[in-house]
Amino acid sequence: MLLGPSLAVAAVLFVIGVLGVLIRRNAIIIFMCVELMLNAVNLTFIAFAQSLGVGGQIFVFFVMAVAAAEAAVGLAIVLAIYRHKETVDLRNINILKG
Amino acid sequence: MNLVTIVFWIFAGLALGSGVLCVTRRSPLASALWLVVTMFSLAVLFVVLDAQFIAVLQVLVYAGAVMVLFLFVIMLLNLGRGAGQDRKGVVGLTVGAVLAGILFIQLRFLWKAAPPAIIQVPNAMAQLQQQHGMVGSVAGPLYDAYLVPFEITSVLLLAAVVGAVVLAKRKL
Repeated sequence: MLLGPSLAVAAVLFVIGVLGVLIRRNAIIIFMCVELMLNAVNLTFIAFAQSLGVGGQIFVFFVMAVAAAEAAVGLAIVLAIYRHKETVDLRNINILKG
Repeated sequence: MNLVTIVFWIFAGLALGSGVLCVTRRSPLASALWLVVTMFSLAVLFVVLDAQFIAVLQVLVYAGAVMVLFLFVIMLLNLGRGAGQDRKGVVGLTVGAVLAGILFIQLRFLWKAAPPAIIQVPNAMAQLQQQHGMVGSVAGPLYDAYLVPFEITSVLLLAAVVGAVVLAKRKL
């Protein structure tokens, strides 16, 4: 049984993704780190599904669909911002900061 | 240590290593390519964990479609060079590392939190796959118990397509 090791790998991968979101300023790289976190969670679901039944794998299916939708909309937003500001650096994108 | 465990650890190491490289590379292009490596390694881990169908989906949807979309946008905006330093300053780095460290300590307690033995069925997925086949064991519940969420997902994808077109178009 690889449940323990899988959860460990998923936790480390999730933390790597969180670190990326926190320390980078490039909007596209932050998006990729979010995808990394979603993948780590998928690994957790699959690891539990091995002994708890197929529900976990169904959830991974839905997570993938949501991630694909999120990537499409997110990248469209990045594209629109780039057209407006000529940059994807988050230092220059702070309209909502107040 | 049997062969399955060895394969698991090789590709777990590969996934973690390329994950770190994805986060630390300066060029978004290199980042995206390392993320593809992570996703392929995760697909191997899914196979090891009795999720062959999901592993195929991982390669097709994530490593195929989503990452190609990322690479398209990176090349469209001509960001491949990685203009200048885009990491946060010392304060930002420290805060990020501390927060990630706290999260890691919290997640560490989950490693040993196995579900109670009474609800666990050893090799539940393997048994299901022998009864219904690799695709059937996932597809059966998807079109049965999870039919409503499945249909809602199609509405979500439609909304995402319309939203992406509206956002990315210059003039409607």
